[in-house]
Amino acid sequence: MLEALRPVYVIAHREIRDQFRDWRIVFPIIILTILFPFLMNYTAQEMLGFVSKYGGEIVGERLIPFLLMIVGFFPSSFSLIIALETFVGEKERGSIEPLLSTPLEDWQLYLGKLSSAVVPPLFGSFLGMSVYLGGLAIGRVPLPDGEMMALIILLTIVQAVMMVSGAVVVSCQATSVRAANLLSSFIIIPVTLLIQGESMLMFWGNYSTLWMAFFGVILLTFLLFRMGLAYFRREELLGREIDVLNLRWGWNTFWQAFTGGARNVWQWYRRVLPKTLKKLWLPFLIVFVLGAAGVVIGFSLVRQFPIVAPPGMLEEMEERLGLLSEVFAPGEFGPVFMILGNNLRVMALALLLGIFTFSVLGVIPIIVTMAVVGYILGILGLNGLPAATYFVGLILPHAWLEIPAALLATAAVLRFGALLATPAQGKKIGQVWLEALAVWAQVMIGFVIPALFVAAMIEVWITPRLAFLVLR
Amino acid sequence: MIWAEDLTKVFDDFTAVNSVHLDVQPGQVLVLLGPNGAGKTTTVRMLTSVLTPTRGRARVAGYDVVAQPDKVRAAVGVLTEHHGLYSRLSALEYLEFYAKLYGMDASSRMKRITDMLEQFGLAEARNRRCGQFSKGMRQKLALARALLHEPPVLLLDEPTSAMDPESAFMVRNAIRSMRSTQRTIVLCTHNLTEAEDLADQIAIIQRGRIIFNDTSANLKQRLLGAPEYEARLAGTVNGWEPTGLPGVSLVQRSGDVLRFRVENPQEANPLLLEQLIAHRLPVVSFHEVPRSLEDAYLEAVRQAAEVSHA
Repeated sequence: MLEALRPVYVIAHREIRDQFRDWRIVFPIIILTILFPFLMNYTAQEMLGFVSKYGGEIVGERLIPFLLMIVGFFPSSFSLIIALETFVGEKERGSIEPLLSTPLEDWQLYLGKLSSAVVPPLFGSFLGMSVYLGGLAIGRVPLPDGEMMALIILLTIVQAVMMVSGAVVVSCQATSVRAANLLSSFIIIPVTLLIQGESMLMFWGNYSTLWMAFFGVILLTFLLFRMGLAYFRREELLGREIDVLNLRWGWNTFWQAFTGGARNVWQWYRRVLPKTLKKLWLPFLIVFVLGAAGVVIGFSLVRQFPIVAPPGMLEEMEERLGLLSEVFAPGEFGPVFMILGNNLRVMALALLLGIFTFSVLGVIPIIVTMAVVGYILGILGLNGLPAATYFVGLILPHAWLEIPAALLATAAVLRFGALLATPAQGKKIGQVWLEALAVWAQVMIGFVIPALFVAAMIEVWITPRLAFLVLR
Repeated sequence: MIWAEDLTKVFDDFTAVNSVHLDVQPGQVLVLLGPNGAGKTTTVRMLTSVLTPTRGRARVAGYDVVAQPDKVRAAVGVLTEHHGLYSRLSALEYLEFYAKLYGMDASSRMKRITDMLEQFGLAEARNRRCGQFSKGMRQKLALARALLHEPPVLLLDEPTSAMDPESAFMVRNAIRSMRSTQRTIVLCTHNLTEAEDLADQIAIIQRGRIIFNDTSANLKQRLLGAPEYEARLAGTVNGWEPTGLPGVSLVQRSGDVLRFRVENPQEANPLLLEQLIAHRLPVVSFHEVPRSLEDAYLEAVRQAAEVSHA
């Protein structure tokens, strides 16, 4: 194994040496690792002095780890620029072909490039953090506790590796450094959002959620790395010379995958859609388990966030239910489309989150929805109401169709991410992406949208009346 | 050493290389000739296992280019179209980097690097960064990299481009010496004189297809017809024509010069000379009329264009 890692070291060593001879990289790293931490240090001390005047010491306390994270993040963001250059930069300079002609295995080349992009910026991050913490210690400012420090250091490492993994994927797929830089927004925007989320958690002081974020980022990094390696092809690096957005090819690829060779709608429903649904059984099972976990989480949150109905409210329930059944007349489509639109928005959100995160965040909407169901049932129970009866009356009439449809749509999102992270022999990443999108579209158009439409009609026209009958 | 059958590469809807057959033995130099974009580089890339053939098979140094890509790459030295140097590394560091990637052990590495730098006249510039090198020096360093691990097969794309005549001569000598050590060499070049000088086989490739593949002499014979020989006499001769020599025809008579087309010079030329002497013609010199590979190449390209138009 060590022998196999030797070329990785040789490549990384060459790259790092090259980087440290480039003043355009060295100069900003020096600034960010030495001058910037001093500035942050000064900011922290001033801020502490200011907030303590008004008794807001806790704000200052929470600011210190936040600034530590920022000090660590800035140099590590350099890893993105270096990583974007790795393959496509060498391609532009013409030095990639001799390298590709050596007996290196793909993973050795990939790992060598990856580690060379991570090491110098991380070195800068740690140096910067040390300077910042040293300054705090000298200024007798209380340092963040051990767990928070460990969290920040670990998050800095995994975020740098995640950015690099993403950037190397971009670098392999792009045809020019310019194109790679443009594509990098697909990395920097989610990472910025992640940092904002982490900052909020830091101010909130919620360590357990931060740990969850850390493990989530590890999972994402692993998936990005796996995808990068799965689609790393020497051929791709040399085959394409210019950026061409081939819309016709894109549409043909999507359409072929969507129709699955069916000649009419009947054939598509009879032959293609069942085949797709069959492939979704495992993701469906996983989403089902996650949904069930959501219900349990929601139910358990009742103890943490109980809501007790004000006196007299429960007595009015029957009257309110009666009103409910009179609100929407059968045949009125306005509320049907409103509910359908809302559900489709959530499905689209799941897809959007899934696209950026290999489906890791794509399952969040269904978990949250099911947690809300569990929480409401728990609250009903807490207030002495028959939760099972309410479930049968208020949820089940339309949920028997709505929940499976939502689970299936989420399963398609999960498969989307899984397909991207799985090696596809002879296929380009764009092709796999479009085919995965076609699977999602098949499921949405073939089953989910019609099912949600029927469910919305039931929810508007039938559920209130059934609820009235059952709960009266 | 290099064998390919029906080697084809298709990029989306563009066929870059179409059904190429090759057979190059150890110690032979195959020159690939063709216009830009003809498919030479793609062929070389398939032979180095950098590109996977869409169809067909190829073996290099006994290894299959698809099934054993790492072994193929270890057995091949490649000089690519772009020299591919790292401008912030010195010549020594650059060669050391590649020597390590080729798995050369530490004891032999330094000696080999020093030898290569000396062979290509770069010993004094060993510690200079590649970015400061002239075009010719870069090309020499890239060639040194290709030869560093002493590969049995060499694939050289334009090895003497950008070189001054002296350096180009040095490189050609290096190629000759490698041929003498039974290395198999594939050379892509636009320099037809160099091709004729070095080639054992010349393959003319156009639009991805090899349209001719033969020795330089045979190519000329096939494309330009039988060779011509010129007899220069001491005086003007009128009325004489060779008789009874199959495959020999007099194509030009002007003053003191007779020019013959000879189908089979090995057999016919001694008899022709005998006739000239027997008829007491005052022969001053008798030599083959030189025909350039350029003429043959242009004829090949013209014929291929005609065929494709038809």
